[in-house]
Amino acid sequence: MISWMFASQADRRLLGTTRFRGPTPWVIAIMSFSIMIIAATGLALSSTAGSLSQAIASRYAVEVPNGAQNLDALVATLRSSPGVTAVEPVPESDMRETLKRWLGPAAESADLPVPALVNFDTSPGADLRAIQQRVKAIAPAAEISAHRDKVTPLLRSMREIQWLAFGLVLLLSAAATSAVVLAARGALDTHRFTIEVMHGIGATDLQITRLFQRKIAIDALIGSLSGAAAGALVLILLASGASFAGMLMGGATLGLTDFLILLLLPFALTALATWVARRAVLAALRDTL
Amino acid sequence: MAAIAEFDSVGLRYGTGAEVLRDMDFRLAEGGFYFLTGPSGAGKTSLLKLLYLAQRPTRGRIRLFGEELTEAPREALPPFRRRIGVVFQDFRLIRHLSAFDNVALPLRVAGASDDEIEGPVREMLAWVGLADRASARPPTLSGGEQQRVAIARAVINRPQLLVADEPTGNVDADMAKRLLHLFTALNRLGTTIVVATHDVGLISATPGADLIRLENGGVVDPTGMLRNPPPRNL
Repeated sequence: MISWMFASQADRRLLGTTRFRGPTPWVIAIMSFSIMIIAATGLALSSTAGSLSQAIASRYAVEVPNGAQNLDALVATLRSSPGVTAVEPVPESDMRETLKRWLGPAAESADLPVPALVNFDTSPGADLRAIQQRVKAIAPAAEISAHRDKVTPLLRSMREIQWLAFGLVLLLSAAATSAVVLAARGALDTHRFTIEVMHGIGATDLQITRLFQRKIAIDALIGSLSGAAAGALVLILLASGASFAGMLMGGATLGLTDFLILLLLPFALTALATWVARRAVLAALRDTL
Repeated sequence: MAAIAEFDSVGLRYGTGAEVLRDMDFRLAEGGFYFLTGPSGAGKTSLLKLLYLAQRPTRGRIRLFGEELTEAPREALPPFRRRIGVVFQDFRLIRHLSAFDNVALPLRVAGASDDEIEGPVREMLAWVGLADRASARPPTLSGGEQQRVAIARAVINRPQLLVADEPTGNVDADMAKRLLHLFTALNRLGTTIVVATHDVGLISATPGADLIRLENGGVVDPTGMLRNPPPRNL
């Protein structure tokens, strides 16, 4: 199936032996680099959104606006409620620390009413209404809110960016294949005489196409592997830094499937470029006798 | 003998220009030896192009090797082209390939392995006097040497039909004689030879060869011998 990749020395000589002629490998390398970065970002976002979505799917918060004098009772009630799997009160010091960002030292004032906040997780099928009634019995002003309601806009944005990344990968692939088509046409022009001679002595379109296909496949493979390697290097550098650590090295890492996809990308780009080049060469040859 | 090529009311024009060939009616016998003559611009090269399937006629019918090829799909043509050897007036050698690789090309296209190619190509290069120039590239060869490489390439796979356009135009008298011997030897082995030439000496040195004279894009055939050859020729 890929026997055309292993052409004899004589067949290789037909189109000359010079490599890296023209900008094709460089264009493909730039496209491959960009595809790698964008695809990794998209996959990391997808992974993060998936983890986040899963983590908050059954997480709720009880907020008591004017603080809870009977916080311990509230926590105890939640822990004893059917369907509640975990309860995590947020310490008042943490709340004040958060408020300090907006209020400054005033957040330390004892006069400042600090709301009490208790996070809890439920098992699937838990009766939230019953939990709410038990909470209200202890703290009538308490409000229960689902984490997912607050995070949904963020998740939506992440999903949109993820699709945008996917679209960009497609666009860059299309741009890379367009460059390959141009390169194939250029190569056909350069070797028009050789093609005429070969046709004249009985070479078929497929025999001629294989020569170009092999040359372009090698250029595409070199270009996409170089670009992907550079992209991987940049990703590793970014991942080792703080800005990207959360995405790649923290809670939401790239999974094995994600790494496999990234690993396959340069080969997929090479296969696409080769297939497109083959079609372009065959189509151009059909215009001759 | 059967006809290897049959032209029936064939005409050829390039683009929207005037017809360069018109009303071509003739038959070439298999195993025949033909000289194609005529003044410059008479259409010799165009007729050869039709013979070696580099051009389709704009009207009429052409049968080669007993097959109607006038409107044959282009995918069907390569096997027929492999049965035709062509010596071009401008040699048409691939500049970046060595003489050896140029001569070996028809065998490679036909699917021969390196082992099958080595011997015959060396032998053919020796025959045309270029054994020591096997690795030379065309730009480093003289016109005569290029001509000989082109001839070696044309005959390397023992074609059924050999078409040559002014094959002795760039070679000395001695080499011209040797080429003629090669052509007659191939002819004796059954190859049909069609040589376009102005070289009267070449024609007169080949007794038994038939003459096809072109004038103003048509075949001069006052007796109808070419249209309806006698049985000895067909």
